[in-house]
Amino acid sequence: MAIISSAFAAEGEQTTHETVGAGEAHHEGVFPPFQTENFAPQIFWLVVIFGLLYVLMSRIALPRVGGIIENRGAKIASDLGAAREMQSKAQAAAAANDENLRRRRDEAQGIGREAQHKIAAETARQRALAESQAAEKIRAADERIASAKTQALANVEQIAVDAAASIVEKLTGAKIDQAALAKHATSSN
Amino acid sequence: MNPEEAAAKPNPIEQFELHRLWPFEINGVETSFTNASLFMLLAALGVVALMILATSKKAIVPGRVQAMAEMLYEFVAGMVRQTAGTEGMKFFPFVFTLFAFILIANLIGLVPYSYSVTSQIVVTFAFAIVVITLVVVYGLYRHGFGFLNLFVPHGVPLPVLVVLVPIEIISFLSRPVSLSVRLFANILAGHITLAVFGGFVVMLLGAGVWAALAPVPILAIVALYALELLVACLQAFVFSVLTCVYLNDAIHPGH
Repeated sequence: MAIISSAFAAEGEQTTHETVGAGEAHHEGVFPPFQTENFAPQIFWLVVIFGLLYVLMSRIALPRVGGIIENRGAKIASDLGAAREMQSKAQAAAAANDENLRRRRDEAQGIGREAQHKIAAETARQRALAESQAAEKIRAADERIASAKTQALANVEQIAVDAAASIVEKLTGAKIDQAALAKHATSSN
Repeated sequence: MNPEEAAAKPNPIEQFELHRLWPFEINGVETSFTNASLFMLLAALGVVALMILATSKKAIVPGRVQAMAEMLYEFVAGMVRQTAGTEGMKFFPFVFTLFAFILIANLIGLVPYSYSVTSQIVVTFAFAIVVITLVVVYGLYRHGFGFLNLFVPHGVPLPVLVVLVPIEIISFLSRPVSLSVRLFANILAGHITLAVFGGFVVMLLGAGVWAALAPVPILAIVALYALELLVACLQAFVFSVLTCVYLNDAIHPGH
């Protein structure tokens, strides 16, 4: 600093002369920050301006900025709380839904099983019924066949008796008692 | 500064001269409104614009300038809390105003043709006196004569204390000097250096063939300007951190 000020001392003096000429009070060669007559006005305005600034900062600016930051913190905390609550609600809802789904599935399976059993039972009953009806029909048919057979056999005997009687009549001209013949035929049978 | 005159005779000291813009006095004490007062006012208005106008919306999601105001707030609050403890937060408005004012004043001072408020020793010394007065008054109010323990380190044998206590007292008394001279000298030296290099450019331009070398000091100015930006912020920070440290002494005087 000293070197610089001495280096520019010559020019500095010239400037000082000029400013003195312009009506400003200066000590010869005194470095401006050390000119004592400059102290009072600077301190006066510094006190006024810094004092006002201090009042503005401490009364308005700092409480406001502090409030903003606090508000934001509170808002973030409350939002996070709400989000956590929502999340737990959603999880509870999902669990309830899963439980519901499981129960419904069990129910549906139960209904399915029951229906299957019912159908199986119905089928078995119907089959049994159909089988018994069929067996009944078969038995009746068998009976009818047997009776038809005996009938047919009886008819065959009657035809034979008739044929024998007519043969005997044709050959001998004698009438044969058909009853006797039938009796004979059956006994010779 | 008249540019033509400056071109004729580069003078790095001229920038620190005070010009009475509105001369008047109160009770025989000169209280003229000077160019220094004007830039004090501009610095204060800058702080007000940043901290009050930009935060008027109180937005939950801050805009750029509000985010800057909040960053500044949290930075200083963190600094005070770390250095002077939670109890030191009662001085937060003072430290904040001090830091913001010095920072903005330093930064405004870097604008060409502006005035650096903190390049005046009387301004920085006034700040330092306010800080030390605050420390002494609060220390005595809070601890009474216990505040004098500040000069008596714990667990030191008596013979050493005889030497140590005067040293502590001298170091305490030199605090306002070192605090004010540090800020003043940094800003002053920076501005003088910038002006000297600016003068080199002017001199080279007026030196015939050597004018070809004129861009070289300009490059130096660019680099120095970056350094001065750092110094402007750093010295504001150093001043307020030391204020916090001294306030911490007033709050907890035992070492």
